[in-house]
This record gives sequence, C-alpha cells and structure tokens, in this order.
Amino acid sequence: MLKKRLIPCILLKNGRCVKGTNFTNFRDTGNPVTTSKTYNSQNADELIFLDITATNEGREPSFDIIRSVADECFMPITAGGGVTNVRQIREYLLAGADKVSINTAAVENPPLIEEGASIFGSQCIVASIDARKKGDFYEVYTHSGTRSTGIDAIEWARKSAKLGAGEILITSIDREGTKQGYDIDLVKQVSDSVDIPVIASGGAGNLQHLVDVIVLGNASAVSLSYILNFTDQNLIKMKAYMKNAGIEVRDFKF
Amino acid sequence: MGNLRSVSKAVEYLGAEVEVSNSDEKIAEAEKLIMPGVGSFGDGMKNLAEKDLISALHSAVISEKKPVLGICLGMQLFAEDGEEGGFHKGLGWVPGSVKKMEPGPDLKLPHVGWNDISQKEGNPLFQGLSKNPSFYFVHSYALECADPTFVSATCNYGGEFVAAVQKNNVFGLQFHPEKSQREGLRVLENFINM
Repeated sequence: MLKKRLIPCILLKNGRCVKGTNFTNFRDTGNPVTTSKTYNSQNADELIFLDITATNEGREPSFDIIRSVADECFMPITAGGGVTNVRQIREYLLAGADKVSINTAAVENPPLIEEGASIFGSQCIVASIDARKKGDFYEVYTHSGTRSTGIDAIEWARKSAKLGAGEILITSIDREGTKQGYDIDLVKQVSDSVDIPVIASGGAGNLQHLVDVIVLGNASAVSLSYILNFTDQNLIKMKAYMKNAGIEVRDFKF
Repeated sequence: MGNLRSVSKAVEYLGAEVEVSNSDEKIAEAEKLIMPGVGSFGDGMKNLAEKDLISALHSAVISEKKPVLGICLGMQLFAEDGEEGGFHKGLGWVPGSVKKMEPGPDLKLPHVGWNDISQKEGNPLFQGLSKNPSFYFVHSYALECADPTFVSATCNYGGEFVAAVQKNNVFGLQFHPEKSQREGLRVLENFINM
C-alpha cells in the first residue's frame, strides 16, 4: 500500500537553512547538507527545498545545494524557489531533484505548469501554493507571501491540477511557523477539489497535528519544519505515533 | 534525467567504480552493467538502436553472461515488447510485455511514492532485507512477465504487478533503488558484490 509521507521542508536563504514565523523573522537553522543527512538517517520519506529569496532577488535558484544533497542523500527530493522557466526545471532535475515546485511563476504564467508536465511528466511538477485566509476565502500570495493576488486558492489548486501538476504543496501563511496545527479546513478543501496528492504545510507543532491533517484534511503527506527545528520531536517518534493512530507509514525494516 | 546521476553517485558511494557511457567499447570492457532509465519505452529502444548499442548489449549479457541491472525503464526494456508510445520491440531478455497499469478508477497514474514489495525468498539482490521492504516507485507502465518463475518480487497498486525480475544474469527492478535510502543502497550493494 502507498504510504503517507513525512517530508522535512528546508527553507534556504543565502545558502543556509532558515525558519521563521508567518513567512518573516527568519532564524538560521543550519547547513543544508548536514541537516539533510540527519533527516535521511532518520528515514524521512522525501525532502523539500525551497529557496525563499531567489524570486525576490530575481536570481537563479540554488542548484548547487541540491547537487550536494543529492550526492549524499539517496532519497526523493523536491526543489523549488525562483523557478521561472523550463531550463531551470531541467537543471534542478539534472542536479538530482525528482520533482520541482513552482509557485510565483505558475501564478504569473500558468502555461509553465503545462509545459513542464508535458516535457518531464506530471510527476515532476509540484504546484506550490501559499494561501492566507481572507474572510470566508483563501487568497493566493506570491513572492514568498509578500504579494496578494486576489486569486482563490482552491480554484487555483484545481486549475494547477488541470494544467498537469502532479502534486500540490499547500502552505497556510497564517499557520506557518506558529505550531498551532495545520489549517485543516484549507487542506481538506484543496484535497477534495483535486485528484492529485496534496502535501499539507504550515503549522505542525505536535504529533497529533500530523494525524489530524491526514485523517481530517485528507492530506497525502505532511511538510515539517518548525516541529523539527524547534521542538524535541523527530521523524522516528512521528512515525511511531502515526502508526499507532492507524496511518500507513513507511517502516524501516532491515 | 537526474536518475543517471543519482545511480552513478550511489554506486560510487558504495565504493565501486562507475562509468557513465553510451559506447559499445565500454560495454564490452565493463564487468557489470546498469541500465537506468526515465522516459518512454519507444524512445529508450530508439536511442539504443541509434547509438548502435543493441548488439554490444546482447553479446555482453547473453553471450558473456555479464550481470546486468535494469532500473525502471531500464528493466522494462528487457521485455520482448512494450506498448508505450506505440508497439515497440524490446531487448527480449525476459519473456513478457510492458503494458500500461490499470489500477482502477480510485487510484492515480503514475504510481508514485513508497510502496512495499513482496519478495521471493532467496533472490541475491534482496539478501539482508526483510520480506516486505519499501521502495520508491515512479511509473505508469509495468512488465507483465510471461513466466512467473522469473518474477522475484511483486508489489500491489490496485492489483499485483511485477516489482523485480531475474533471469540468470539479468536483474530488473521497477522501483528506484538509488532513491530508496538504506534499503535501496543495500540492493545496489548486493548487485555490486555479486
């Protein structure tokens, strides 16, 4: 049976790992290669890297970091941040990423999803969506959560899937780094409106949050950041807890 | 794509020498062969034919009996034929055809993610692993093996499909050992030390 995935999400800024709250107040959390090796040794199911300043600085994504990680961690890798064209998708894949996430550029230029999926396959393209709750709807934000778009996040998720994205990474800006739990309503609305896997992101602070967003939010995977950086939880404890809650996770069996 | 780099890095990591090559001379010199592959069956066979590698592969694998490991599409090309992108002849090292999976309406294709396999006891590639280890899969097509005695592991995704085959010196894996952490590295290590 296909497993529910635990995915450490590593935010990159100036070649270092960082973590903030609500997309601001970033703190340094370490070296990306060392950090990845730790998660790899704890049997993380996948890794996500987001270069959070590439778009706003208008520069090329950090291909080198992905290359260094992929040379030492033999596991699935999603890379993103600052991707605006097919050449960069190809470069990330050649560096050792298995999937590339597209956020701002997809909103500004939706055919990029279609183009990427037709060249590399849907399984390579992840639509990353940052959303903030506005009254009774969720609004898409771009440029690392700094620009509002007026676009409905659920609608945009549906459209991304239609264009050929193979997976959705949905991040609640309101919950990100707050340890208040995932925005289950947001994740569930996205999951129920697309038939591709949805990775829930933003808010994990304790182990029950992980179970809740999978059981109640229909998430296929959970993105983990604050909980790994600033609490005493780790991936091994998480898997044991989820397994006890009846969720199919990947065991390490030798 | 990146698969080629990941496979060669994994083999290096395990301490073996590896050369990425599309030359028939290198195929003749190699002690063992690995055929990775991401892409379609038709393109894969077309590339082998255009680079004039098919006869070098046949003589290395069939006449000289060098161990060969096919990964994902690499394994699928071992079949007699495949239907991806039209009907194409394969290398014919393993009896059977490569067909699109039909997991049913509730399951999506491609089959992507970690899934556990059920391995037949005694296969040298799975030495040291549990009966049902998990591996990372990314594919929409699967080998329908005409002779079940060559199936060394199966996996289930809306129905059973072939996760690994072995016929003499020919080894094939539908999953990606180079992306399957310790268990995947163990499989590659078993191949290298064979």
